[in-house]
Amino acid sequence: MISVRNLTHQLGQQTILDDLSLTIPKGKVTALVGANGAGKSTLLSLITRLMKLQDGQILIDNMNVGETPNDALARKLSILPQSIQLEPRLTVRELVSFGRYPHAKGRMQKQDWNKVDEALTVLDLNELADRQLDTLSGGQRQRAYVAMTYAQDTEYMLLDEPLNNMDIAASRSLMRVLRELCEHHGRTIVIVLHDINYASGYADNVVALADGKIDQEGTPLDVVDSAFLHRIYGTDAKVHILDDRPFVQV
Amino acid sequence: MNRVATTLMALLVLLVIATLSLFVGVIDLQPKNLFNPEELELLLVSRLPRTLAVLITGSALAVCGTIIQLLVRNRFVEPMTAGTGQGAMLGILIAILYFPSASLIVQICIAATMALISSIGLMLIVIKLPATKPLYIALVGLIYGGIIGAGVTFVAYQADLLQYIEIWTTGEFSGVLQGRYETLWIAAIVALLAYLIADQFAIVGMGRTTAISLGLNYNQVVVLGLITISIVTALTVVTVGMIPFVGLVIPNIVSRLYGDNARLTLPITAFFGASLVLICDIIGRVVRYPFEIPVGTIMGIIDALIFLWILYGRERHAR
Repeated sequence: MISVRNLTHQLGQQTILDDLSLTIPKGKVTALVGANGAGKSTLLSLITRLMKLQDGQILIDNMNVGETPNDALARKLSILPQSIQLEPRLTVRELVSFGRYPHAKGRMQKQDWNKVDEALTVLDLNELADRQLDTLSGGQRQRAYVAMTYAQDTEYMLLDEPLNNMDIAASRSLMRVLRELCEHHGRTIVIVLHDINYASGYADNVVALADGKIDQEGTPLDVVDSAFLHRIYGTDAKVHILDDRPFVQV
Repeated sequence: MNRVATTLMALLVLLVIATLSLFVGVIDLQPKNLFNPEELELLLVSRLPRTLAVLITGSALAVCGTIIQLLVRNRFVEPMTAGTGQGAMLGILIAILYFPSASLIVQICIAATMALISSIGLMLIVIKLPATKPLYIALVGLIYGGIIGAGVTFVAYQADLLQYIEIWTTGEFSGVLQGRYETLWIAAIVALLAYLIADQFAIVGMGRTTAISLGLNYNQVVVLGLITISIVTALTVVTVGMIPFVGLVIPNIVSRLYGDNARLTLPITAFFGASLVLICDIIGRVVRYPFEIPVGTIMGIIDALIFLWILYGRERHAR
């Protein structure tokens, strides 16, 4: 369980997060949604200690972010980096093996390599294992990074807008992998999403942010409707319900 | 060709040219005459120290090139041109002006400190630049180094030390003798120590987010890297002068051929760096025999050619 208590964050005069409290349940896929500038990425950066905590408290199980040593947190939660054009010249297997760093500290043992092989298998990367990252498609590369975080073997995986610059096939494949990691490997997934349909299609919980506060949280069916879209995004769109999941007609 | 085979090949080539280096020079030295005490002395006092100095400088500078390129996440930056070398020069100038009677070690410390300060300055500027715009960082590095270098020239001009400073701006190995290069071993040790955390440099090269996610103390790794390059650069500049390009060209070649997994590639980088500088030094000794051309000049020509190959050559993924 990730519990966020009374989080306030300011950037200069601007308040990005305003006394925000939130509980993210274990073993679920939780999507953070909201308009641009609502504070989603800031919230994720604070939970993942990429930004320094100003005011408030974040507990991951019983670990206090900001007081727990960096390498202990690295065995508890992993961050999927946003894809950038600057790929290191590494093979997929080399990249995935770096995911073992928090455990192996550079001395890879048999069990570490086993975990790397397991990650390659779970993410269906065995055939690409010896390929260079920069020869892969965007979707394959993303999978390689997910495999690295898989090999890191943390209970919590956090992703900041991973679907940016990805086509529909790659996006769907990533979301399915995340569901699979959640359902069959017991991982807790927290993901910042732009596209509300991906949130309602794949998440167990949706947390909507507006102006640095929680606007609404619950199952997609509880949260996503026309009034919600109007309030959060300022747009009027129809919402259809299909198989108990709401879909926005875009 | 795999990594092990290349490493062995590189080692062999290095041994051959190192042996060659021992017997190339103004005074004719033949292997068969080595039992002659005079010739043996020449070997031990001049040729061997010179060869060792070249090997240490070349390998340590190439390793430092890789480290700074991982830290700033840019392949077109190297310590000698991006401020670290100029910082070391500034340190030497300060030592000459304010502590003229200081010992060599104190001078080196001042040079290393100034090198570190200017490297940190570069890092603080680069952090604010988008990593996705590689040219920004490369150009800013060059301009930054240029500005510090201009400051050095200005102060040296004012103090009438221009000729003095010239000794350090063009690196060359003709002055290396037994008793006048040994501080370089510190550079060798520092580069070797840096290799112990090669994995951490490689991870930092993947960006701050990945580094923190994997539990690294990002700032600590960056500072350790900057200290490494500052010490090595300062020792090189004080002992033999500025040796540009090797820290730029070698890491690029090695990355292109063998990738960025620093723990595996740094030894190759060191071999290649040592070989390149040694080859350039030998060429410099024979081109206008019996006069010498500074190694930096030869290297400028050869490295320009290599760099054109890097820019226009097709990328290979040899493994």
